[in-house]
Amino acid sequence: MRITRSVAGRRLRAPLVATTGLTVTALLLTGCGGSSDSGKGADADGNITLTVADFGQFGYKEAGLFEKYHELNPKITVKEDTTAEEKNYYPKLLQQLNSGSGLADVQGIEVGRIKEIVDTKADSFADLSKSIGVDEWVSWKAKQATAPSGAVIGAGTDIGPMSLCYNRELFEKAGLPTDRTEVAKLTEGGWEDFLALGEQYKKKAPAGTYFMDSASAMFNAVVSSSPEQYYDASGKPIHEKSASVEKGWKLAAEAASKKLTQGLAQFEDQWQAALRKSTVATVVCPAWMAGQISTYAGDANKGKWDITSAPGNTSANWGGSFLAVPKSGKNVAEATKLVKWLTAPEQQAAVFKAIGVFPSNQGAYELPDVKNATLPYFNNAPIGQIYADGAKSIPEAVLGPKDGVIKDSISTQINNMEQRGTSPDKAWDAALRTIEKAIG
Amino acid sequence: MATSTPTRDAYATPPREPQKQPPSERRQLWRSRLWRFDDKASPYAYIAPFFLVFGAFGLYPLLYTGWIALHRVEMTGLDSMEWVGWENFDKILHDPEFWTSVSNTFLIGVISTVPQLLVALGLAHLLNYRLRASTFWRTVILTPYATSVASAALVFALVFRADGGLLNWALGLVGFDDTNWANGHWTSKIAISVIVIWRWTGYNALIYLAAMQAVPNDLYEAASLDGASRWQQFRKVTIPSLRPTILFTIVISTIGSMQLFGEPLLLEGGALGATGGNENQYETLSIYLYNYGWNLGHLGPAAAVAWAMLALLLIIAAANWFIGRFVRKSAV
Repeated sequence: MRITRSVAGRRLRAPLVATTGLTVTALLLTGCGGSSDSGKGADADGNITLTVADFGQFGYKEAGLFEKYHELNPKITVKEDTTAEEKNYYPKLLQQLNSGSGLADVQGIEVGRIKEIVDTKADSFADLSKSIGVDEWVSWKAKQATAPSGAVIGAGTDIGPMSLCYNRELFEKAGLPTDRTEVAKLTEGGWEDFLALGEQYKKKAPAGTYFMDSASAMFNAVVSSSPEQYYDASGKPIHEKSASVEKGWKLAAEAASKKLTQGLAQFEDQWQAALRKSTVATVVCPAWMAGQISTYAGDANKGKWDITSAPGNTSANWGGSFLAVPKSGKNVAEATKLVKWLTAPEQQAAVFKAIGVFPSNQGAYELPDVKNATLPYFNNAPIGQIYADGAKSIPEAVLGPKDGVIKDSISTQINNMEQRGTSPDKAWDAALRTIEKAIG
Repeated sequence: MATSTPTRDAYATPPREPQKQPPSERRQLWRSRLWRFDDKASPYAYIAPFFLVFGAFGLYPLLYTGWIALHRVEMTGLDSMEWVGWENFDKILHDPEFWTSVSNTFLIGVISTVPQLLVALGLAHLLNYRLRASTFWRTVILTPYATSVASAALVFALVFRADGGLLNWALGLVGFDDTNWANGHWTSKIAISVIVIWRWTGYNALIYLAAMQAVPNDLYEAASLDGASRWQQFRKVTIPSLRPTILFTIVISTIGSMQLFGEPLLLEGGALGATGGNENQYETLSIYLYNYGWNLGHLGPAAAVAWAMLALLLIIAAANWFIGRFVRKSAV
């Protein structure tokens, strides 16, 4: 009966195996719900690794700030996790906030999203009002990150005062003045003057080049120079009747119909290629844009670009970000210290020096690194002076939760007018539909 | 498994004598009960992991998605769900962009599936000949299938790039102007179809090849005795024998093309990819869903899109079934 016994043994084992399998499966399933935070607490020696998740170009790497922080605090190592496009970064951040896992110790938040975060996710972030000197910031910047409860959930990094970047070489070839004060004078009257200059450029434009990269940038500049943008103070969307939106749209449509622009989607492949190949003569330039231009135009075009004040001396803020500390992190205290350090005047000045991203901390404005700053890449343009003048008179804009999406939807349709010759009416309807969907 | 059952039972059940039960016999009875329980229950235990996993990752999300589709749920506040009934379905059905993505999905589906299956059939036919190193060739044509969608799409994105792309460069040599492939309504769809065709042709070819090898050789011998040419043999013998297989590949490809996501998302990448191009020219249903849920942050309508996709698939499956039945009937 040996055979029977051994068979029986196997028979008995089989369900056991199956049950074990089920248990393991069940454990795995429940395991999914558990949290697996990336940030680890200190190891045995008290060493801590802090992660900073951001997007685009924050300039900390370029300014060598993380290494410097490590030198100052040998126990702390900072790792940066950068997503190229904010549009891809933000949904990921929301998902991580919802699931409570995968968050970095410090998270960047763009100004187009800050209102939505303040409205809906303020509880997920540590209140920084006690740890950072809120008064140091440009007043509207700090207000944007303040929740109704009074908690400040983000420390301002940069702001985007407006200027105009232009390619001197192309201007010269087209018979336009190249001196920055002369260019500024030609566009003194505002964006209409700017378009007139564009027509002048077009008459003698070098083959294959365009006056502007994208009319959507001009649209953004016009809208962000107004306190009233996409929402009113009560939080109602007003994109349909907002005067600044209307004005910006009209100018963009005009630029498109006169074919003054190459119609590129900013920051995408072809836009980068256009900078590399110098096919655009001007780029509307919030401070941080200079960094983008020098990155993508590359060393080959060093010295060909210059910066002057925005048409009509427009005072506007386009973009800028915040650093926030998720409450769920394991090193909230250390992360807060890092944020305070990164956004302190000296460090903001260092970033400004490295890539031209303009400080939001007013303390930085008086530092020589900012005040006397020039950008070698841009023919030594005195950016400290150009931006500091603009920064002081930036209007306090009313923000809304869906600012980012609204801006993107309109930009897409401006691109369609430029690239496909879509009629302004049709493009506007399409923009409205997307916005409606986004708000709804 | 079923065949072994009776013998095992014969083995297992000892001759019963209810009056007297010595201890050894009692143990025998207990054991036999266990055996019988094992016989009946363990098959369920064996298949249970699949159903558990399916329940957790298939059925539950499916039903929960349906539940979400009837609510207002925001990406920014998953905890607050507000009942809205059919409003989300109403929203998407009245959104022109939804219908654009439906037609895009079908167009891309057709221009990717049809050439793909035809080419696969031809390739399978060729591979069915006696070849040197046949295993090598069969492996080679399956390699695209083994690459991930992401890497394939990224490589093809470089091929189809407007600026300095491989294809534009090659066309430039012949004197064509640069084409912005992703920007055009047809060119973008063709570009995406090319990625799909490249990835799936080999897979389908192998399925056809397997089916072809199951066709009895006598049929071909008989056909050639009757004087049929190779082409006639292919048409009159191979294709009819492959009919069920062809139907199967059509169903699989249709399901695949309904779910097309990675290829359009990565063709241009970035923000443009996430909305299927700036005029939604290559926005598929999956991209529409993704955009609604993740970019715009409204999960209710996104869930409604998921269910609309399921409904469309069911309709297509029904159509396939009817066509299949019709084909079978007309074949008899």
